[in-house]
Amino acid sequence: MALNDITLGQYYPGDSAVHRLDPRVKILLLIALIVAIFLAGNLLAYVPVILFLGLVSSLSKVPVKMMLKGLKPLRFILILTFLLNLFFLQGETPLLNLGFAVITKEALITAVHYSLRLVLLVLASSLLTLTTPPITLTDGLERLLSPLRAIHFPAHEMAMMMSIALRFIPTLLEETDKIMKAQTARGADFESGNLIARAKAMVPLLVPLFVSSFRRAGDLAMAMEARCYHGGEGRTRLRVLKCGKLDYIACGCVALLIAAVVLCGKVY
Amino acid sequence: MAEPIIVADHVSFSYDDEGPQAVRDVSLTVQRGSFHAILGQNGSGKSTLAKLINGLYTPGAGKVTVCGMDTQDEKNTWEIRRRAGMVFQNPDNQLVATVVNEDVAFGLENIGVPTEEMPGRIEKALRDVGMLEFAGRAPHTLSGGQKQRVAIAGVLAMQPEAIIFDESTAMLDPQGRREVMAAVRRLNREQGITVLWITHFMEEAVECDQVHLMHEGQIVMSGTPKEIFADAAKLKPYRLDAPPMARLAQRLRSQGMPIRQGVLTVDEMAEEVARLCR
Ligand SMILES: Nc1ncnc2c1ncn2[C@@H]1O[C@H](COP(=O)(O)OP(=O)(O)OP(=O)(O)O)[C@@H](O)[C@H]1O
Ligand SMILES: [Mg+2]
Repeated sequence: MALNDITLGQYYPGDSAVHRLDPRVKILLLIALIVAIFLAGNLLAYVPVILFLGLVSSLSKVPVKMMLKGLKPLRFILILTFLLNLFFLQGETPLLNLGFAVITKEALITAVHYSLRLVLLVLASSLLTLTTPPITLTDGLERLLSPLRAIHFPAHEMAMMMSIALRFIPTLLEETDKIMKAQTARGADFESGNLIARAKAMVPLLVPLFVSSFRRAGDLAMAMEARCYHGGEGRTRLRVLKCGKLDYIACGCVALLIAAVVLCGKVY
Repeated sequence: MAEPIIVADHVSFSYDDEGPQAVRDVSLTVQRGSFHAILGQNGSGKSTLAKLINGLYTPGAGKVTVCGMDTQDEKNTWEIRRRAGMVFQNPDNQLVATVVNEDVAFGLENIGVPTEEMPGRIEKALRDVGMLEFAGRAPHTLSGGQKQRVAIAGVLAMQPEAIIFDESTAMLDPQGRREVMAAVRRLNREQGITVLWITHFMEEAVECDQVHLMHEGQIVMSGTPKEIFADAAKLKPYRLDAPPMARLAQRLRSQGMPIRQGVLTVDEMAEEVARLCR
């Protein structure tokens, strides 16, 4: 089992306008986009959303295949949503009589509507995670949530935890690989047997991994303290996030999109 | 010039009240700009002493002063840690950020250095340890020696006056050890940064100004490398071996070659042999 070729998150490196947007703006715009998708009252209203997502993804130069990958784990839910709506919704204009159920026009429209909504929601969020490195995303979230410090929400601590996790995931993977090889050399078998046998085989892997993680955590805490870490208080940052022209343009585009969605919903 | 920068005055410390003392009545003075080594076998209290100096622990008895500041006083803690930085043993467990230059920035962020000032200080620190070209790399893609040099840069960026190295080469291969040693020597020589070098490699201690030998929490011997390593027999009770060149000199002497006392490094040995061959 090759553990070292696991890529972190699903970031697709690039230097497009979408990649360069301020992460805070991107997060807020995603929320706006989600609102827009929920606002869409009919199928026509999805047209501007689809056009917008198409435009942004082509701007970002992320391959369509990568975008669609995000849908794969959801395929069963998608099909289920579609079929349940199709068969069980009551409507006025029958399209097809299957004997056990009657498919109506209204049911078909609703089925398409709900599945499309789900697809668009996933695609919109994928666009954010595909064009923003996890660490930048963390940064953006920290800044957005920092006003909540007033009510003792640990925004800085959460971001620090995230970034330490990101730093140590490759290190821990390497270590897991090493321990697995060592245990395999002693005759351990991680790949055959039923579920219980395999779960049992993981014990000699997880125990040393846990022990060493705790030691690492202790070491790291000591090293951080030695480097004067004392929480978010009075801390400055190397990377400061700044909104630029690009970000304002993006905000404008999303505002227009919401207007278009609302308009389309009215026209119909 | 002989201004003391780190002073331990009859310092004792134990991890739990009933337990044995990890550090017992240790007194130590390190002059500004000098290079001191602390030697000792496993569990002799070296790391504990280092952490006492850095203010990570405070002494149970006695007093530790760094740059004139008492470590017991909590007001001084951050300033002491800035001025006397520390580099640890495990290269994997002391880098915090996902990118090298951001890791170097970590300390600066903690002490509130203005953002505009950071890039310049990071660049200088990375250049000083020869890691500038790796500024954009992820730590896990670096070798052990390179990781340690990044850790040094992280301390260096904070413009310390002294750096304590707690067995910082112990987990490295010979190549990595040489890299790190060379970087530290250069910092000591060119920038006058005081170095307290904790190790159990004898050969790393031969080129420093003062060696302190720790055993069961006490400093049992202090002196120049020549004084300490003059007599291998004196090191035996502390289960330490003389440095390789001192042992070689001993053997050559027993074979009848009149190698003079105090030959500790490869260079000195080469010179001495050349002298005898003339
Ligand atoms: N966190 C701790 N809690 C309790 N006892 C400790 C702790 N750390 C060290 N000790 C004990 O204190 C003594 C000195 O340990 P210390 O780590 O200072 O030795 P060291 O010289 O650094 O050894 P090494 O060469 O293995 O790093 C040892 O007997 C050790 O068992
Ligand atoms: Mg130690």
